[in-house]
Amino acid sequence: MSNLDGLYQEIILDHAKARHGDGPLEGADAEHHEYNPTCGDEITLRVKLDGARERIDAVAWQGDGCSISMASASVLTDLMAGRPVDEALGLAEEFRAMLRSKGEGVPDEDVLGDAIAFHGVSKYVMRIKCAMLSWVALEAAVAKAR
Amino acid sequence: MEGMIPTATERVGARAIDEIRNDFPAFAASGDARPTAYLDSAATAQRPTAVLDAERDYLEHDLAAVHRGASAATGRSTTRFEEARADLARFVGAADDREIVWAQNATDALNMVALGIADASAGIGGADAARFALRPGDEIVLTEAEHHANLLPWQRVAQRTGARLVPVKVDEHGCWSVDDLVAVLTPRTRIVAFAEISNVTGLIVPVADVVAAVRARAPQALVVLDACQSVPHRPVDLAGYDVDFAAFSGHKMLGPNGIGVLYGRAELLDALPPARTGGSTITRVTFDSAEFLPAPQRFEAGTQPVSQAIGLAAAARYLEGMGMDAVAAHEDAFAERVVEGVAGIPGVRIVGPQAGHARAGLVSVAVDGVHAHDVGQFLDDAGLVVRVGHHCAQPLHRALGLTATTRASAHVYTTAEEADRFVAALGEVRSFFGLGTGAA
Repeated sequence: MSNLDGLYQEIILDHAKARHGDGPLEGADAEHHEYNPTCGDEITLRVKLDGARERIDAVAWQGDGCSISMASASVLTDLMAGRPVDEALGLAEEFRAMLRSKGEGVPDEDVLGDAIAFHGVSKYVMRIKCAMLSWVALEAAVAKAR
Repeated sequence: MEGMIPTATERVGARAIDEIRNDFPAFAASGDARPTAYLDSAATAQRPTAVLDAERDYLEHDLAAVHRGASAATGRSTTRFEEARADLARFVGAADDREIVWAQNATDALNMVALGIADASAGIGGADAARFALRPGDEIVLTEAEHHANLLPWQRVAQRTGARLVPVKVDEHGCWSVDDLVAVLTPRTRIVAFAEISNVTGLIVPVADVVAAVRARAPQALVVLDACQSVPHRPVDLAGYDVDFAAFSGHKMLGPNGIGVLYGRAELLDALPPARTGGSTITRVTFDSAEFLPAPQRFEAGTQPVSQAIGLAAAARYLEGMGMDAVAAHEDAFAERVVEGVAGIPGVRIVGPQAGHARAGLVSVAVDGVHAHDVGQFLDDAGLVVRVGHHCAQPLHRALGLTATTRASAHVYTTAEEADRFVAALGEVRSFFGLGTGAA
């Protein structure tokens, strides 16, 4: 696999087009806007929690950016819907650790699911923020909602 | 190896491009079958040995303080420092050496003008500086295409004085005309600031025509020129243009970082309050007052970037040796080749002057359906160093409905083969990202 194919894995290119979760969210408990001034990528991510504030019922987002940032938001949407809040925040930490790995190690697919496709991004220091954009927005939105 | 050197007959003036490339250590033969193509000279240019050697020669033989003390060493250092100033004055067509003020870079130079005007507006600088003072309701005319370095300092002036920023709107290609600018001039116009060449669109502005129009319609206005993308690439005659102030950077014209130039007409520089104050700028100082020297010394507070100034002068002499008309012709040919090549690629659009229209040696493109950072990543993998992003020109990108663009830019060492590689790689971007070859 060439360097470029390692970065732009098929699953990333597919999600960049499919953009799961792209749209408004009725009855959202909180929203958070993230902006990356170096490239202009931005996202507004909304979350809806259950009555006990312990589970993420739904995630949706609206944004504009590169394929890495948009695919990451799409994968995040699939992974987070229905997940207990504590587990979701733990997953975000795992994702961050993988992106800081500089390409070292083997990410745990059982934990990260499709998000392991972003392991290749960790070798491109200028693109890590692209992949993290929606995840940082999720952490902030959940903190506001709880 | 025959046929592998398609650039063998390319020339800049009298010199073959291969010979020119040998002047630049960055292009020393790497042994790579496909060496990296450096197409980001509009951001920072590579430096020839002549520049590196000039700095080193000064540092090894003549390093000493300038304009201070009385030793012979200081005298030699000061002489070289001032000879560098004279070289730059000749290079840009200043009427007098002292119209060249050293700055850190063009951003710094533009801030020196803007902050000096803000100080004058607050009453600093006395009667001499009153000519610069702005009042609430005065107008500062800027084009929408300006680099943030020629926008943010004026925003600050407006905030401090109550003056108003007035935009010259750009068209759907990011271009504007002398008529567009004339249309917004009023009796309240006090400053007109614009770039001779846009760092995004490559539009070449007829500076002398703009200045003549401003003098006719708004004679009270100062004209400030951002010459960052023109001085390194084409013949420039600042006195002939009749601009009041101009700014450019060393590192874009084959020279060092940390050095730039503020040009100003001598009578204006002598009256403008220095934005930074300190040692070597004064005639007489008491505990609570100071009188400043004439230009340029009034602006050059503290220890100066002497080896950088000497390196920049070497860069000016290097370019003069090639001839700026020849440099411009070489880079214009690069732009023409790229623009023509891109015209045949579905889904890739040229920002700025279209095919058949004059433009400088830099070309920005938008690829339908692919973000500029993804384009840049693809080109990087193909061995092409380009710039992606908003190029410090967010208002221009917003006016064009774009977030970011991808820019390739040339200098004396850039080859036609590199232009072709850029075009060829652009032709593959959309299919890599799973888009059709038709327009989106």
